[in-house]
Amino acid sequence: MRLALEAGFWLLALASYWLLPDQLPLLSQIAIGALFVLSLDLLVGYAGVLTLGHAAFFGLGAYAAGILAQQGWGEPLSGLLLAAVLSALLGLLTAPLVLRGGDLPALMVTLGLSLMLGEAANKLPGLTGGADGLLGVEIWPIFGLFRFDLYGHTAFFYSLAVLFLLFLLARLITAAPFGLALRGIRGNARRMPALGTPVRARLVAVYALAAAYAGVAGALLAQTTQFVSLDVLSFQRSAEGLLMLVLGGLGALYGAMIGAAAFTFAHHVLSEMSPLFWQFWIGLALVALALAGRGGLLGLGAAALRRWRA
Amino acid sequence: MLTVLVDGIASGMLLFVLAVGLSVTLGLMNFVNLAHGAFGMAGGYVCVVLLNRHGLPFPLCLLAAAVFAAVLGLVLERLLYRRLYGRDHLDQVLFSIGLVFIAGAAVDWLMGARQQLITLPAWLSGRVELGFVGIGVYRLFLIALCGIIVLALHLGLVRTRFGSRLRAAVDDAVVARGLGIPVERLFAVTFALGSGLAGLGGALGVEVLGLDPTFPLKYMVYFLIVVAVGGANTVLGPFLAALLLGVVDVAGKYYVPQLGAFAIYTAMVVLLILRPQGLLAKAAAR
Repeated sequence: MRLALEAGFWLLALASYWLLPDQLPLLSQIAIGALFVLSLDLLVGYAGVLTLGHAAFFGLGAYAAGILAQQGWGEPLSGLLLAAVLSALLGLLTAPLVLRGGDLPALMVTLGLSLMLGEAANKLPGLTGGADGLLGVEIWPIFGLFRFDLYGHTAFFYSLAVLFLLFLLARLITAAPFGLALRGIRGNARRMPALGTPVRARLVAVYALAAAYAGVAGALLAQTTQFVSLDVLSFQRSAEGLLMLVLGGLGALYGAMIGAAAFTFAHHVLSEMSPLFWQFWIGLALVALALAGRGGLLGLGAAALRRWRA
Repeated sequence: MLTVLVDGIASGMLLFVLAVGLSVTLGLMNFVNLAHGAFGMAGGYVCVVLLNRHGLPFPLCLLAAAVFAAVLGLVLERLLYRRLYGRDHLDQVLFSIGLVFIAGAAVDWLMGARQQLITLPAWLSGRVELGFVGIGVYRLFLIALCGIIVLALHLGLVRTRFGSRLRAAVDDAVVARGLGIPVERLFAVTFALGSGLAGLGGALGVEVLGLDPTFPLKYMVYFLIVVAVGGANTVLGPFLAALLLGVVDVAGKYYVPQLGAFAIYTAMVVLLILRPQGLLAKAAAR
């Protein structure tokens, strides 16, 4: 049953290529958003570490891949790798600052670091293009075979394939003892050492891992759109990531992806009516979700399923 | 040099008035309220509307801004905030970010996205010559008014019964409740007071900090710095933090404009690493 549902989910994701052939860029964006939220889920949902600045890693990955391609090396997979490595390094470097205990310091430091990075990108137009964005990003064909086309056919399959592979990895990781230790830490960080879990080392590891995931998501965005703008580092992106996560359901990998899909679709439909409208609704959704508690869409679905069976 | 210093002090004092309510929300209820700036924005717009459209005298507009924000704070606290005490910080963060987005969209819809400008009354505009430098009258007015507020808050917190109850509740809410201190009511009143002060700060700040629908987000970091660096439970801690922030910010923008806001964010991260419990906190606190 569970396996069938999972297979159905991925088949539907693949089938969206034929179901919505005019919306390929939107679908790629959903895959990229899902990867970003997956990364947040590992950190916030599984390990219980709060962050308001996850866009820092997304943006670093985007700029790393974008600048690499702009400087004349447009091979996409090595761009993803570079983004992952750099973001993981930044994660390792900043983890000691963020994981000092307490939610408030974590929130403030992550927020401060992401704002610092955003401001740095803004003030270094020679490197990042500043407010004009990074232009002249040229990506070579994947494996030398599949060219990125104007309509986003290649971009769609590329984003979906990367998402699928990294999802499989995340699934392995969360089912392994490592993932169980993370859940234990979220439940009660003080008692975990009694079980022999090195709490700090686990948290640093998951922080770096989540950073690498976010970096890859950013790199995917840079490569598929062949453009990087300052908003990859914006506070809005961090906040929206959290919203997608809570919308889908915290601490469940499918929840993260469903949240990203629902959010991006809603964004697409509502912001076409009026961008103001959109901001209002997203705010209202956040307030309602916070008041109603966790679960999200996945939780609602599971509850409905239980009622139907009973 | 002196002008920069005075400007810095004035904007620091403004930041204090805007942020002091947040230090109580964070310190007393352990509530991460990222929407605090929205109350400042509400006060700012009330002042702009009354002054520009209805031509009320400026002091009256300030008063109206403070009262409006305080009532708004009280209503929201009773209706919404109350339900989230003791919940996860993540819920509180999401809730308050949501409020910020709603407030921004609502104001944008009502008033438009442009910067709001006000014309100060004649007795507050212009400059006075002090020795060889000119200093804006409005800056001096800000320093004087905010100075009075700081003094009043400090005395209120240290000398009155309300203040000692509040300090007790911040120190240990559970024991305070056990001693019969009505922590809930105390907090509702303080929340309204803090919101009202934020509204006043927002109204005073239209001329200095600017006012547009992004106000709560733009200054959210500043408020958080004031509170996190200053620590809760005193007036002086956040006050010093706000002054420092104002001077560094203005001096940074004046002398090294190419750094922009980078200096402020760096200062915040460094201070948080060095003094995670706040500037004046005793080392042995928990």
